[in-house]
Amino acid sequence: MLYPNVEELRENWEAIVASPSYQEEFQQLLKDFVGRPTPLYFAGRLSETFGAKIYLKREDLCHTGAHKVNNTVGQIILAKKLGKKRIIAETGAGQHGVATATVCALMGMDCTIYMGELDIKRQRPNVERMRILGAKVVPATSGSKTLKDATNEAMRAWIADPVGTHYIIGSVVGPHPYPEMVARFQSVISEEIKRQLLAKEGRENPDLVIACVGGGSNAAGAFYHYYNEPAVRLIAAEAAGLGIHSGKSAATSVLGTPGILHGSKTLLMQTEDGQVVEPHSISAGLDYPGIGPVHAHLHDIGRAEFVAVEDEDAMKAGILLSRTEGIIPAIETAHAIHALNQISFNPNDLIVINLSGRGDKDLETYIQWGNY
Amino acid sequence: MNRIDYLFQTKKERVLSIYVTAGFPELGDTLPVMEAIQASGADIIELGIPYSDPIADGPTIQESNAIALENGMSIKTLFSQLVGFRSKIHVPVILMGYLNPIIQFGMEEFCKKCKEVGIDGLILPDLPMSQYLEEYKALFEEYGLFISFLISPQTSEKRIREVDENSNGFIYMVSSHAITGAKASISKEQETYFERVAGMNLNHPRLIGFGISDAATFQLASRYSNGAIIGSAFIKKIKDSKELKQDIKNFLTEVRG
Repeated sequence: MLYPNVEELRENWEAIVASPSYQEEFQQLLKDFVGRPTPLYFAGRLSETFGAKIYLKREDLCHTGAHKVNNTVGQIILAKKLGKKRIIAETGAGQHGVATATVCALMGMDCTIYMGELDIKRQRPNVERMRILGAKVVPATSGSKTLKDATNEAMRAWIADPVGTHYIIGSVVGPHPYPEMVARFQSVISEEIKRQLLAKEGRENPDLVIACVGGGSNAAGAFYHYYNEPAVRLIAAEAAGLGIHSGKSAATSVLGTPGILHGSKTLLMQTEDGQVVEPHSISAGLDYPGIGPVHAHLHDIGRAEFVAVEDEDAMKAGILLSRTEGIIPAIETAHAIHALNQISFNPNDLIVINLSGRGDKDLETYIQWGNY
Repeated sequence: MNRIDYLFQTKKERVLSIYVTAGFPELGDTLPVMEAIQASGADIIELGIPYSDPIADGPTIQESNAIALENGMSIKTLFSQLVGFRSKIHVPVILMGYLNPIIQFGMEEFCKKCKEVGIDGLILPDLPMSQYLEEYKALFEEYGLFISFLISPQTSEKRIREVDENSNGFIYMVSSHAITGAKASISKEQETYFERVAGMNLNHPRLIGFGISDAATFQLASRYSNGAIIGSAFIKKIKDSKELKQDIKNFLTEVRG
């Protein structure tokens, strides 16, 4: 069904991305438009609080406020080279939608963003940002009205126009080649961490890398160049929602079983009958019933350690980071901060947390939570 | 001989296939609706296995899937409803479904049950042909299950030939780049595509689906192929029906003209 859509991409993406003209444009935009490299910041007060040496990879300082733009810049150049006229994307928290609307404005391309009706309500500022940037925001009104449903709607729109439309998937999910392609575009994160850590600490490898995982794009980027460094512990922070077994959770590594979602074979939250279960997380970006197939694999082989962080704990960690380092993180990212409380490490361990996004978009959720 | 092959040997024109979601509008309606479809003159019944995320389907069929799931429909329940259905239904019956629920049920067990109850073929829109060839072809053949792959206006000639080679029974021609129930009429471009495929001398008969809703579109589709598949329009008709049998009869009488 998706054959005509993915076929062209699958056959061409690697050659295009490897070409010098592509690389020149990509690197230039990452530098001048996105603002890369992003700083690797030594978080002194946070380090004191937890008793380890903690660095924050400041993806929150990327243009548009999160790592998502690394991938949209990569894909928009690809779409242009494939002669596509129209871009569609799904979005949960709205960060990927904003990052997509941004690069579409940059390239003068027509842009439609599918977003769950519930997410439209809880991420209002991002919805308006997309509209200001000239994108059309279409509500997904089926199911739980969140990220999964937005992805369904985007897939449908793509099936309806495989010739003129490129679908910028925002995470390491979906049919081949998306998981690998998106991970490649995000791998700049760990590429920079290696270089920056070498300059600051005289070593490329930290002891731990921590990232939050919904679909898993920022984690894929932060882990990418460490997959084959067994001494580096990879920590994936999932959303436990109101509690892993509360029925209101998105902790796929615990609750998921092997299945197929959006064209990927992966871990999936589903009923015994194979119906997809509606996930829950306070953070729209982690509210997804599956994880990227690569993360499912890392989980299977025990290469990554998964921790499940509850809504309440994530919110508290968000406040903690705000007050110790003066950085209000996205609530997705706050899950990664709280992971520090749920894992063991040594006092002299060197830890890198991927600070995937900033919290401006979550102000409404912080205010409603109110416990600060 | 598989009932689908038998049908196309004896009838080459205006073959009408009706799609209905199993367990819709009520859980117990599966068999009565199938009987009414057959009694009203349809040639094939396509029975949809409800799924939470039916991405090839439009809003009408998605809603019917959600209702059927709420009603408690599952593959297990469906097979229990289908036990003995062949004493009443003689037309070919095809199961349409998405991979994940079937894989959770177990593909081999699924095929075995299909054969036991008397299913003739499958339509699995999210099963890539390459995966079918590698993993399932031998299994489907063992249990005598036909599979129809989909082609659309975007499908290349080379790919259409591959679909022709690997489908059994008939080829499912998606009328436009679309999801089910998206359009109410057929455009000039679509006609050109129908004509192009009609001229390819394919081995298998073709049924046109997506956007076929009434006598006019059925007639037009039949001009360029062996017939058509109606889904969303039928689902709409029976959704709030008080008189299922009569409404199904009226709908099919109107469509068949």
